[in-house]
This record gives sequence, C-alpha cells and structure tokens, in this order.
Amino acid sequence: MKCDRCNKPAVVHQVIIKNGSHREIHLCADHAAEAGVPNPGQQPINQLMTKVGPASPRAAMPACRCCGATLTRIRKDALFGCPSCYDTFGKAINIMIERAQGGATHHVGRGPGGSERDEARRLESRRLVEELDQAVRAEQYERAAEIKAKLASLAEQPPSPKAES
Amino acid sequence: MTLPQAPEEDVVLSSRARLARNVGDMPFIHTASEDQRRAIMASVLPALAGDAAAESTQWTDLETAPTLHRRLLFEQHLISRQHADARGPRGVSVSDDMAMSVMLNEEDHVRMHAIAPGLQPGVCFERIRDFDIALEPLVGWAFHERWGYLSACPTNTGTGIRFSAMLHLPALRLTRELEKVRQAAKDLHLAVRGYYGEGSESSGNFYQVSNQITLGCSEEELLDRFVNTIVPGIVNYERSARQVLLKRDRVAVVDRIERDLAILRSARLLKVDEAMRRLSSIRLGCCLDIIKTIPLQEVNELFHDIQSGHLQNAADATLSPIQSQEARAALVRKRLDAR
Repeated sequence: MKCDRCNKPAVVHQVIIKNGSHREIHLCADHAAEAGVPNPGQQPINQLMTKVGPASPRAAMPACRCCGATLTRIRKDALFGCPSCYDTFGKAINIMIERAQGGATHHVGRGPGGSERDEARRLESRRLVEELDQAVRAEQYERAAEIKAKLASLAEQPPSPKAES
Repeated sequence: MTLPQAPEEDVVLSSRARLARNVGDMPFIHTASEDQRRAIMASVLPALAGDAAAESTQWTDLETAPTLHRRLLFEQHLISRQHADARGPRGVSVSDDMAMSVMLNEEDHVRMHAIAPGLQPGVCFERIRDFDIALEPLVGWAFHERWGYLSACPTNTGTGIRFSAMLHLPALRLTRELEKVRQAAKDLHLAVRGYYGEGSESSGNFYQVSNQITLGCSEEELLDRFVNTIVPGIVNYERSARQVLLKRDRVAVVDRIERDLAILRSARLLKVDEAMRRLSSIRLGCCLDIIKTIPLQEVNELFHDIQSGHLQNAADATLSPIQSQEARAALVRKRLDAR
C-alpha cells in the first residue's frame, strides 16, 4: 500500500473511528514523522510490549470495522469475526494463533494461483517477517523500517498468472 | 484368505482430506447474518454448478432437506453432525461417486472433503486440491500473506488442510495400549476422535486420527508426514498388538470372534453399539484370517448400513427404536448368514 501523500510505501496504518464513521490513514515514514503520527517500528520496545500484552479494560482496542468483533470477544470465543480481524488486531492476536498452531508463525504452502513464483514470494515474505521480528527485538528501528518497506512492496506485486497445466 | 483391496486396509478403514476456505469479503459464519449466509451461497454455488471443477456433483439444500436425508449424509460421513443439525442457509454438493463433498456454510464458508478406502489421503488431497484450484479464481478465497488461508478458528488457518485416517484398533484396546497412542498423538499435535468425528466417542474400536497443525508446513509436507510416519507408526503398533494377542492366547481370541459371529448370526434385536462392537470383532477375525468366508469389504459396508438412517432409508419408513433394532439384526443376519 502506498502513502496517502506520496508514492512511497506506507509504513504507518491507522483507522480513526469518530462519531460512528471511520477513516483510514496510510503514511510513509517521512510523512508520518511530519504529521506527528508515531511509527510502531520506531517506538521503544516497552511501548510495543504493552500493545501485545493482556488487554486492559480501560484501553481496549477498537472493534473490527468490518464485522464489529472486539479483541475481548475474539479471545473469549477463540474465533475471528471476519478476514479483516487478522489485520485489525495485528500483534494482539499473534500469540493466539501461534499457540493454536504449535508455535508456527507463518504460512507455508500453496496460495492463490498456486504457481512457483507465488511460492517463492511467500517464502521471501516469511523470511522478511522473521527478519523484522529480529530487528524489532534488537531495537534496530531503521533496519525494521527498511524491512517493512520491502514487505509492503512485496505485498503490492500482482499475483503471477496461473500456471498452465 | 481375504486379499487386501486398499492400502493398509487391515487397520485403516478409510482416509480423508479436507480443505477449509472462506470467501474473501464476507464475515465468518458465526458472525454472518442470514442474508450474508445466503450471499455466500450465491457467490459459491455458480462456481460449484459450473464445469470448471470437472466434477459432476449433486446439490442438496440442507435448510429444506428432510431429516432422514440429512441423517443419511451424516452417516455416510459426507457432512458433519453440526452441519446436519444446524439451522439456516446451508447445503452440500456431493460427487456422483459419493467420495467427495463440498459443504457450504458449515464452520467455514466452504469445506471441501474427499474420502477413499484404506490409507490413501494423497488421492483425497489431489481431488480436493484440483477442485480448490478450479474454484479459487471464480470465488476468491480470504488469503493473508502471513497467515495463509484465513478461517474463523485459528486452528484451521494456513493451508486449511486436515488429513485424517479412520483406524481400527481393537488389539490396542484389548491390550490396554491405547492410552500410549493417545499420548503420542497429543505430543505430535494430532487429534484422536471417535467414529462420528468431532465430539464423538469411539464406537466399534474405530479412532479417527488427524493433524491439528495447519500452519507452518506445506500441504505436501503434512501429507508426507501423515502417510509415511504418523499412520504407519500406529498401524504397525496395532499389528504388533494383534500378534501379541494371538501368541499369548490364540484360543481365547478365536473363541471371542466366533462367539460374536454366532450372536450376530442369530440375534433378533441389535442396538447399534452392540452391533458395532461385535462387527469390530468380525473385522478383526477377517484380518487375522480366522474368518475366511466373509470378505472384509462386506463387514466394512455393514458399519454404514446398520446406522439408523440407512435402516430407515432401506425400509422406506420411520422406524421406532425397537423396530430399528429388529431391522438391524435382520440385516446383519442376512449379510452374514449367506456366507
């Protein structure tokens, strides 16, 4: 996804819900800094940890804008409301999925189209996400921002045409 | 001597593979409204009805289908109990050979499922994979770069593939070794269920073993591990237990099997649990070459045919519990007496 203000890949994504309506913001690192929007990849690690820790009733995450599911409900039922929940709740649900999947952290295998090129793309994506996790843990935020940009670029590539049988 | 007809059929009654898929821009089933469930069906049904999948299928609208028809589909393992008993818009498409089904609006929007005798999950997988590849461009599944194919339940996210084998383990039960199998299965992230799948207890010494992990391993890796390591491990354990039983007390084993056969050949009333239990004994007798005149295939079919839905379908009438017991005993006598 591209920045709302230029053609660079967006690294900050926010959903603002006000008076029942919602607005999305997607910004690159430069414009995020200019607008004073904090970039998650550049926040101190303790701030990141508070976001993946147990939900506080006073600081509950907003409901999924597509289906209305809340993080509390998802954790209670162990069921997501819709495909968008996987992005809406981001890191807050990673542990839940990883626990359910014996510690696995990424998809490996066929994807839409099922071609080898897509498989290579998924493997590359998986490698980058692992690198990103390592960079965040090591507090290498510039490196993390670079990896995020690569991931965004990878996600924007169109799927390859279906392999001929 | 009974010749093997399907791979590992002395222990593996059948194999299955299923894929869980969801339509990209719709809420998952448990949060979808009735209108949204109808919209999901409307988006998938044309693809099912088309010839893209190169499979001829028969559609059943389960919202309006008679109870007996739903019961039959459940007993044939073509739909789950949950799908048979639920309410609201839902249905199933069944292939002409009754070996593949596509459930709509079950726990996921779409669940493709194939079954084959013996240990052949690869055959099942190829069939539903081809179907999935044909449907995908027509429907557009929910897919995430990191989490793969998305599902309401995180236990199905990733490949969405579940391989299972229905295993007949009478000797492991008799030798009280089943608990070890259960523990090993747990350590290997496998689920062990009963004859009727999720939420059911064992019946006739059948246990359904399936992978619980769908993320982090490709479909091929999962299949390879399931076919070449997991199931053979349990199969060999059961075979060893059978040989231990024969070596330790052959007369008692033969006595038990022959008694069960005699009861089944003369009973006038049979409850389903008793029939399953005694047929399990007959199945063991066929595999150990103790019973030589009854083909294994005949016994395998009886496990289906003695279920109450099948009996009512054959009688073309609603049967009371006692009438079901009478019809079951008559059917078993007829099928076993003729040998």
